[in-house]
Amino acid sequence: MLAILKREFASYFTSPLGYVYLAVFYGFSGLFLWLTCLSSGSASMSSTFLWMFFIMMILIPVLTMRTMADDKRQKTDQLTLTSPVSLFGLVMGKFLAAFLIFLIGCVVLLIYALFISAAVQNSGNEFGWASFWGNFVGIILMGGVFISAGIFISGLTENQMIAAIGSIGANIVLCMFDIISSYVPVESVSNIINSLSVFYKYQEFTYGIFSLKNVLFFLSLIVIFNFLTMRVAERRRWS
Amino acid sequence: MIEVKNLSKRYGNKLAVDNISFSAGESEILGFLGPNGAGKSTTMNILTGYLSSSGGQALINGVDILEEPVTAKKDIGYLPELPPLYLDMTVNEYLNFVYGLKKCKLPKKSHLGEICSLVKITDVQNRVIRNLSKGYRQRVGLAQALVGNPKVLILDEPTVGLDPKQIIEIRTLIKKLGKNHTVILSSHILSEVQAVCDRVVVIDKGKLVANDTADNLSRSLSADHKLTVQIEGPSKEVQALLSAIPDMVEVHVNRNVDKTVTEYELNAKEGADIRREVFKRMAARNYPILLMRSSELTLEEIFLKLTTGDFYGNTDNGGTK
Repeated sequence: MLAILKREFASYFTSPLGYVYLAVFYGFSGLFLWLTCLSSGSASMSSTFLWMFFIMMILIPVLTMRTMADDKRQKTDQLTLTSPVSLFGLVMGKFLAAFLIFLIGCVVLLIYALFISAAVQNSGNEFGWASFWGNFVGIILMGGVFISAGIFISGLTENQMIAAIGSIGANIVLCMFDIISSYVPVESVSNIINSLSVFYKYQEFTYGIFSLKNVLFFLSLIVIFNFLTMRVAERRRWS
Repeated sequence: MIEVKNLSKRYGNKLAVDNISFSAGESEILGFLGPNGAGKSTTMNILTGYLSSSGGQALINGVDILEEPVTAKKDIGYLPELPPLYLDMTVNEYLNFVYGLKKCKLPKKSHLGEICSLVKITDVQNRVIRNLSKGYRQRVGLAQALVGNPKVLILDEPTVGLDPKQIIEIRTLIKKLGKNHTVILSSHILSEVQAVCDRVVVIDKGKLVANDTADNLSRSLSADHKLTVQIEGPSKEVQALLSAIPDMVEVHVNRNVDKTVTEYELNAKEGADIRREVFKRMAARNYPILLMRSSELTLEEIFLKLTTGDFYGNTDNGGTK
């Protein structure tokens, strides 16, 4: 697993992919920080986090599009799948590599928070660190869900572009559950769909509500998608 | 070392590998021969655990590849048809990655250095694989298979795309490796199998059609005693003279070498030696024999015979009795 993790991580920086991802992530987070905090003089970064959700929805598929697809296209899966590495190690290596890049992107939000808290303290007020950490955990979990979903979709195809577009589509569907639920006339069904809504739960984080229930929901989504990726890789052997 | 028992693989309705059994012992080089689409690569992919079988068993060192894949894979070095290279890495980075991937315990620097000098890629170690030629890529692929010094090497058409000099080098290398590894080598280049392998397994349309040494195959299939001769003289008369020899079964005119010289293929009864008789009869009429050799079957001919059931293929030999 460690070998895969190291290789995948390095590969983000031997191609422009990692740089492009980080540049766009930093650019938009800066823009939203300006729009939601600095220009209005607000000290709460919650809206920044909310906006980053939409950027991640489109940006993370770029990070994950080639994880599995490119291996199949270049036949390098013949190396990884015939080496003494379990499928779990293979998928986790790829997941953690993408997740690490994502975390490097997220660090910038922490830096913004440090600056804002310093500015707020200068004016004699208190920065809402509790709310910030809630948001921060929220965005990291959300990123994990998008990454694991993206790797899963990448495992379904050999074509990076299809993987990217498919993942963006899947992410949009993941987030549209609450809109869909409002159109379902049967209340019990609508409740079920609503309880699966990713966006709604992420929004709760940005409102400063930190519930263990939501953390578990995101974690189980990550586990499920990674598990599905393993099944898809396994299924290829049997087809 | 490698034991394959009743292996089958089904793709939908198509049976790609049909109930194949064979084995390869320690320090044996086994040639895997078959026309395109015969199921060579599929069998190799099953042996290495890349594909699963639909039936039967593949044991590597007594370990079932499906039951305990991680243990079994530790003993295998695999070079697929297309070397599985990450084009964005340098050769060194790539081999280091493979070293980690295979959880290799040997001293890293000396082990990788040894492999590099063995397959002669030391001078390209720091180059990005994308920029390497096909021959070098093939060698890096071979180097990858050697990392961790696995007991079993499975090589799928290892000399494809190499120039003649490189082909000879790789063959010599494989022979050398065969002294302390079990090697399975697939190829549709017959002379390669003949030159390198101790034993040959021929498969066609997923079925095993032969499993023997190259020499045995050649002997058992050339039951008739055959001679190829070139004789100077009027071909009709020579043909008649040759046909008159007792024990002669068939005289083929192979081709006209030039205006006066003709090449014949002589088929005598099994066990009969007609060489002296041919000499005496030609000497009596003063027709010089320019060439005489026994035409044992080449692997090429065996191959055609086994896979098409037709010894002369579809060439017109214009044979007469």
